[in-house]
Amino acid sequence: MTEFALILVSTVLVNNFVLVQFLGLCPFMGVSNKLETAFGMSLATTFVLTLSSICSYLTYQYLLLPLDLAYLRTIAFILVIAVVVQFTEMVVRKTSPLLYRVLGIFLPLITTNCAVLGVALLNIKAKHNFMESAVYGFGAALGFSLVLILFSAMRERLAAADVPEPFRGSAIGMITAGLMSLAFMGFAGLIRF
Amino acid sequence: MSVVITAVLALLGLAAVFGAILGYASERFKVEGDPVVDQIDAILPQTQCGQCGHPGCRPYAEAIANGEAHNHCPPGGEATIIALSELLGREVLPLDEEHGEEKPRTVAYIREAECIGCTKCIQACPVDAILGAAKQMHTVIVDECTGCDLCVEPCPVDCIDMIPIRTTPKSWHWDLPQPGHRLIATDLRGGLQS
Repeated sequence: MTEFALILVSTVLVNNFVLVQFLGLCPFMGVSNKLETAFGMSLATTFVLTLSSICSYLTYQYLLLPLDLAYLRTIAFILVIAVVVQFTEMVVRKTSPLLYRVLGIFLPLITTNCAVLGVALLNIKAKHNFMESAVYGFGAALGFSLVLILFSAMRERLAAADVPEPFRGSAIGMITAGLMSLAFMGFAGLIRF
Repeated sequence: MSVVITAVLALLGLAAVFGAILGYASERFKVEGDPVVDQIDAILPQTQCGQCGHPGCRPYAEAIANGEAHNHCPPGGEATIIALSELLGREVLPLDEEHGEEKPRTVAYIREAECIGCTKCIQACPVDAILGAAKQMHTVIVDECTGCDLCVEPCPVDCIDMIPIRTTPKSWHWDLPQPGHRLIATDLRGGLQS
């Protein structure tokens, strides 16, 4: 149990995928203009990340390893992720047309969210077992959601703030992201072994 | 050589399984029609008055879904605009005055003594709320009338008045649960009011 808690804390705060490992920056900058879309994107990504983490693990453990095809993991994982995203898109479209409209192009773009592939590959590298993989994927998604929602809340305020002319728009967004990243790196000493 | 064949077969098998899953999912989660249009249509007041520039509420719902402004509906007024803004995640706009202003809900009333039975108002009514036949007196089914004003113009003897109605303790009713299929207004209120 402690191990799962440690994995969660590690992925959400200490090794946050976006701000510490710099994976998945594209949706981080792209969908954070409005809190509402950020929230929807977080939900979709959480679902996809957890599911794809589990599926990638299963594919690796029960298909690639027995056949001695570990070197095919990248292409196999990309296939898995694409399928999971497509599946999510169908489910979202059926269950929540509004969320589907709001997410728009960003839903298929989860496929190219490198955090998703990153989680799958890091699972292999860290030799996680099934439950650890699931928790790792879920934790990574939680960390992504946390950061995305915090960042979009900040950007909503920034939109109304009196920012100097040359810094308006994406520029101040980048600077804010940098500062947030600095802050999150402060979590590095959170747990001592 | 056999390594390559295993690799290709493994990936092929994987792709085939995933293809089957997606194929099943696309059947299972098939979307019929455009649900957003249905949701917008449910919010619009269904007066079918055409003041928004579209031939009815449904076409306007489709136009909104395709990006038209959602403040062109005077009968719905502010409440409809707010509900649409919430549904679509757009900003709340004031009613566009080009399309008319918000008035209290009215119903048509035919002064029956003056009616000559020309049936012109029957043809104009978008919701079939006027009863009558040629050379017979006409009358309005109050429950069905949406107060759209379309029957006032064609009347050759100007015997139709638009009477504002207010919800009184007598006319107030519970909203019945919405059934899956569309009903006429009388059924929604659980029968004709006396």
